[in-house]
Amino acid sequence: MSTNATEPQLDELNSGQIKRQLGRALRRQKLRALLLIAPLLIFIIVGFINPIASMLLRSVENNIVQETLPRTIEALHDWDSDSDELPPEETFTALAADLQIAIENRSALTFARRMNFEIAGFTTMIRRVQREVRGWDVEADGPFREQMIDMHRGWGEVQTWRAIEAYSSPYTIGYYLAAVDMTMVNGEIESMPDNQSLHIMLFWRTIWMSGLICFLTLLLGYPIAYLLANIKERHANLLLILVLLPFWTSLLVRTSAWKVLLQEQGVINQVLVAIGLVADDARLELINNKLGVIIAMTHILLPFMILPLYSVMKTIPPSYVRAAKSLGANDWTAFWRVYFPQSVPGIGAGAILVFILAVGYYITPELVGGPSGMFISNRIAHQWNVSGNWGLVGALGTIMLLAVLVLYWLYDRIVGIDNVKLG
Amino acid sequence: MTSGKTDGFVVFDRVQKSYDGETLVVKDLNLEIARGEFLTMLGPSGSGKTTCLMMLAGFETSTQGEIRLDGKAINNIPPHKRGIGMVFQNYALFPHMTIAENLSFPLEVRNIGKSEREGKIRRALDMVQMSDFAGRRPAQLSGGQQQRIALARALVFEPELVLMDEPLGALDKQLREHMQFEITKLAHSLGITTVYVTHDQTEALTMSDNVAVFNDGRIQQLAPPEELYERPANSFVAQFIGENNKLEGVVETIDGDRCTVRLDDGTLIDAQPVNVTQAGERTRVSIRPERVESNPERLPEDAHLVEAEVLEFIYMGDTFRFRLRVGGKDDFVMKYRNAQDQQRLEAGQKIRIGWLPQDCRALDA
Repeated sequence: MSTNATEPQLDELNSGQIKRQLGRALRRQKLRALLLIAPLLIFIIVGFINPIASMLLRSVENNIVQETLPRTIEALHDWDSDSDELPPEETFTALAADLQIAIENRSALTFARRMNFEIAGFTTMIRRVQREVRGWDVEADGPFREQMIDMHRGWGEVQTWRAIEAYSSPYTIGYYLAAVDMTMVNGEIESMPDNQSLHIMLFWRTIWMSGLICFLTLLLGYPIAYLLANIKERHANLLLILVLLPFWTSLLVRTSAWKVLLQEQGVINQVLVAIGLVADDARLELINNKLGVIIAMTHILLPFMILPLYSVMKTIPPSYVRAAKSLGANDWTAFWRVYFPQSVPGIGAGAILVFILAVGYYITPELVGGPSGMFISNRIAHQWNVSGNWGLVGALGTIMLLAVLVLYWLYDRIVGIDNVKLG
Repeated sequence: MTSGKTDGFVVFDRVQKSYDGETLVVKDLNLEIARGEFLTMLGPSGSGKTTCLMMLAGFETSTQGEIRLDGKAINNIPPHKRGIGMVFQNYALFPHMTIAENLSFPLEVRNIGKSEREGKIRRALDMVQMSDFAGRRPAQLSGGQQQRIALARALVFEPELVLMDEPLGALDKQLREHMQFEITKLAHSLGITTVYVTHDQTEALTMSDNVAVFNDGRIQQLAPPEELYERPANSFVAQFIGENNKLEGVVETIDGDRCTVRLDDGTLIDAQPVNVTQAGERTRVSIRPERVESNPERLPEDAHLVEAEVLEFIYMGDTFRFRLRVGGKDDFVMKYRNAQDQQRLEAGQKIRIGWLPQDCRALDA
């Protein structure tokens, strides 16, 4: 009794102090936790969040036009871009002045390359003018209009000036338009001509092929996962090693192996010819097309389907199927109505994993795809390596990122991420 | 009927089972279960009782022998065609279906029409007093409620035989006792044949018409509960069912249904010969703690009395328990009902105990 009487008093006396002590203890814990994850956090910020942010920025950034041609853009304000007339002489004078400075700064060609994405042949136009402009006295040597048109007739076309004006603001949606095969003409958004429309087709191909690969891995992986989950542990471990073996081999090696197997003089064709199933002059085209990509990627992504399926199936007790059979269901009904619905979270996890991985695949389509098996990621790499169009690369990448996020969100709504078990 | 075939509803005829091809988990099993009987298979884990149940359900195949259901051999009939209801240890209610859908499942696979299905589901749920739960999912029910639903599902398609695999194992003591009563009542009122597997002897004794005690792949004794407890056929059964004192010695004299046994420390006691036939045989005698008497006045005059020392007194509420040293062993237990006039013995007290010859059974050594 005596302890009960003194306790409340004690609490009142110390309550402020206790709170402070608790706060200090917790703060120390939190600080320690933060310190522990700090290396990873820094790594993620530098190596993951930073590139994504810069990609997002580059996809809309358009400073170069404004920075290179400040006077020209100023002069173009007074020009009516809807009219079919060329801008007046002052604009050409301003352009000459801007270009002189740009040549001095060595930024003229960078600018030219940027505008070349919008106006074919713009680099040539700048090169032609560049030689002469250097020697001009902007105050005295005018008028420049006729001289420049003489050097390259592109300068005498209204389209050129419209494009310069359209891309004169520091931010642009032009890259996104280009990423979905559209372009801005006279302030209006138009589809590109069919012979230049590549991205939509590639996006679509990437999606349907990834979907098909996803379905094929499910078809092949489901029975294996079932087997894994239902045989003796000793055998299951052995089988699991076989499933995991490809994981420990380089992706490049596995893809190259498929190249050896699938090519025209490859193992499969040689065997088929040798046993007389296929004529020597009619060898199967298994590589450098969609088929090659589907075969190789299905194989490479198979473990990503099997493992989530396996981890879910392992938690389904065999008594459910037994119960179903004792209630009168035959093997198929017991499987389809009792076992299969319970394995759906595994299918969802595997499918979303394989699909997201497949959509972003680069090496395999590059090596075994050929032109007809190219994915959107190969186009992105091409734009980056060959054309150097970083803005378009950023826009394509951002669209991919958004598509995957939307997919993830949809999945969360329908199946629930909490239901996903990856092992 | 040909010879060898009997008229039992369920018959195990010289059934054997081996998983690895080397050891038999079920050895030469012969068992007959009459229509409407409630039979319990009781035994420690690994004794082969669950294997027997699984063979009857069709999930395991016997390596030899024949299992017959209503006169027909069912060895080659797949489980879903046997029409046997089954309640599983963890209920195995389908988690992605509602209670009504769970009950509907066995009717749907039998192509029973919708209106008839609904009637049957309602009756089955009424039977286990769970009518209000039709729309719930199994995860929303308590263990006891799930147990009722599992029972209703096993009965909804009106099987003639129901198997239960330790169905009450996951419930707490009070609920278990209540469900024991309900299951027995239900089984008897429906007149269905029930095979019930458990390792809990209280369950076996309170619920069954007959109990088959399994050990080491064989049935050690098949008898009604009372006989099993009162007259165990061998020392395993005596040991396994209820509490039991065992003393070892050699048969001194044998005379009809009475014998005397000389214990290893020289004490002479009365017993009833069960598995002994002649003097000089080694035996293990078995006495229930509640049949030990410490008041010589209540025993016949010619009864042999045994010296004992009280080692411990344990108060258990409804009973008193004494641990005694008898015949050189100090794990002998004596039990009294907690009654007004009952004397309490102190530790260290020397007493003389005895028993009626028929309560002390001389079994196999």
